[in-house]
Amino acid sequence: MQRLDYILKRMVMAIFVLISVSILTFFIARVVPSNPAAAWVGPHPTKEQIEKATLELGLDKPLYVQYQRYMQDLLSGDLGTSVRTHQPILSDIKTFLPATLELVFVGMLIAVLIGIPLGVLSGAFKGSWLDHFTRLISIAGVSMPVFLLGLLLQLLFFRQLGLLPLGARVSTEVALFHPVTPITRMYLIDSAVTGNWTAFKDASIHLILPALALATYPIALAIRMTRSTMIEVLNEKYIMAARISGIRERSVLFILALKNAIVPTLNALGLAFVYSLTGAILIEIIFSWPGLGTYVTNAVLGVDFPVIVSVTLIMTVFYIAINLILDILQAFIDPRVIIG
Amino acid sequence: MNAPLLAIEDLHVHFNTYAGTVRAVNGVSFEIRSGEMFGLVGESGCGKTVTGLAIMRAIPSPGRIMKGRIFFQGEDLITKSESEMRDIRGGRIAMIFQDPTASLNPVFTAGYQISLQITQHRHVSKKEAKQLAFDMFSEVGLPHAKSIYNTYPHELSGGMQQRVMIAMALASGAELLIADEPTTALDVTIQAQILALLSQLRESEGLTILLITHDLGVVAETCDRVAVTYDGHIVESGTVDDVLYQTKHPYTQGLLAALPDTVRHKQSLEVIKGSVPDGLHSVSGCSFHPRCPKVMDICLDQPPSLIIVGEKEHSASCYLYMEETA
Repeated sequence: MQRLDYILKRMVMAIFVLISVSILTFFIARVVPSNPAAAWVGPHPTKEQIEKATLELGLDKPLYVQYQRYMQDLLSGDLGTSVRTHQPILSDIKTFLPATLELVFVGMLIAVLIGIPLGVLSGAFKGSWLDHFTRLISIAGVSMPVFLLGLLLQLLFFRQLGLLPLGARVSTEVALFHPVTPITRMYLIDSAVTGNWTAFKDASIHLILPALALATYPIALAIRMTRSTMIEVLNEKYIMAARISGIRERSVLFILALKNAIVPTLNALGLAFVYSLTGAILIEIIFSWPGLGTYVTNAVLGVDFPVIVSVTLIMTVFYIAINLILDILQAFIDPRVIIG
Repeated sequence: MNAPLLAIEDLHVHFNTYAGTVRAVNGVSFEIRSGEMFGLVGESGCGKTVTGLAIMRAIPSPGRIMKGRIFFQGEDLITKSESEMRDIRGGRIAMIFQDPTASLNPVFTAGYQISLQITQHRHVSKKEAKQLAFDMFSEVGLPHAKSIYNTYPHELSGGMQQRVMIAMALASGAELLIADEPTTALDVTIQAQILALLSQLRESEGLTILLITHDLGVVAETCDRVAVTYDGHIVESGTVDDVLYQTKHPYTQGLLAALPDTVRHKQSLEVIKGSVPDGLHSVSGCSFHPRCPKVMDICLDQPPSLIIVGEKEHSASCYLYMEETA
């Protein structure tokens, strides 16, 4: 009951934050010194064209009416139209976001599966060769520029070993002869659902290098955070009590201690996840990955405000959703947060 | 007379610190018989807890067992491998601590923790483990065993937490329970309940208990035999009646005199002047001599050995009684 209360409270707060952000992004877009109507009609517009566009876009109405219309459109799934391409933003995002999501999900999964166990072990065996080794990995992981890492990976696995493809989501052959039926537009899911295993295998192989490059920073983060909280937790009396009562060391580390140590790591990975959605631009470029990072960068360079505002809003939704999930997860991991 | 369940012979535990070697346990010997409640008494810092941890072979770094033997059911625990010890820890010897709040994992339910304990040491299914956990919770006097099972430690009172700890110790089938100050963190009425529970479990389960405490009152109420430790060794041991009422060693006498007296309402409490040696700087001769009111010349030279001083096995290490037996 208490847990349900806590979760509901978090959800209400999340909705509140969402509304605030929608207001904020709307006004920021209106305050910037560029005329949307002028951008709409293109270069060298006539006065009449601008006036017509102003009426069409409803820019002559008071701000609160404009906000109302904006919200109505938003709730009915209309994110507006790109001033650069005159394409509905929603359809653009429907193509770019799933590609990015797939990449980031897989990258984060790798980070969790590699980073957390390594963090647990280096915390448990502080000062051992393993600890020094993971320290090396994490220092390299946070300090090596991601484009360099990406290029090195390509050099090794594509050029030298010839094991993995250079880039793109699927090979041309698969795109032509075994095309993935778009459902979620995340290729792994779509190909698995439709039983298109040739495409599934091909998409998986194409994911390895970019996901690895993307995962490097979160892996380093997970190792260091998990390590430091593990060292703290392993000094607790309940860990000594568990060891003295003969619990297997594996269970002590990966169940009894890890559950106490994992929350800060999950929070950090949550932030890294949202950051990677638009921050993976360098990886997207190097691996020819048609993702959101590339899309939003082009929008910024082209002063395409409707796109920027929409992407900002979507990122906020993700950010709030991730935080909500983490809050709920935390309530299940450590029930003391509910009363705290 | 029963064969001893646990026999400790000349146990030495040293901690090699930067400041030097701390001799926390310095030649402790005692025996515990099957089914008895044995008290190990002493001031803070005299090596009681370290003795308990040594039995579990769980001395924290940088401590090491330097010398001695620990026989449990005739097997020397010192020579056991780490994996053999893991079965003994919790499985045959269990230990509970002073602070149950800190000893229970805050993010797992009481039920999860006891089940992990059970499945670790007994070959039972998850369902059987759960049933066993319910039985154990009832056994230690926790009402509504089923709801306790799904309860997190922070939702339980200190007394209930200690009952959960005791249930966990019993659930894996331990024969010897080392209870390290099990009631110190609890208030007086709960303290009495936990002690009554331990006495009752001893009767019903045939549990043998090593009670580590600084509280002579607790010893008088619950124990059969007692050993008094000072500076890492035993200064007096015997039955509770002998040690507490026919007290021989000046240190034990001092401890008894320092007990608050509710009848006579003395103005201030008696104290033993000075403090326990730190184990770092060894004291020549009897280590109690700087604080002893009956100190003699001989006490400064040689440490006295433990000798029989009275009825049966009442023994003390003090020169006051040397000529009587010599």
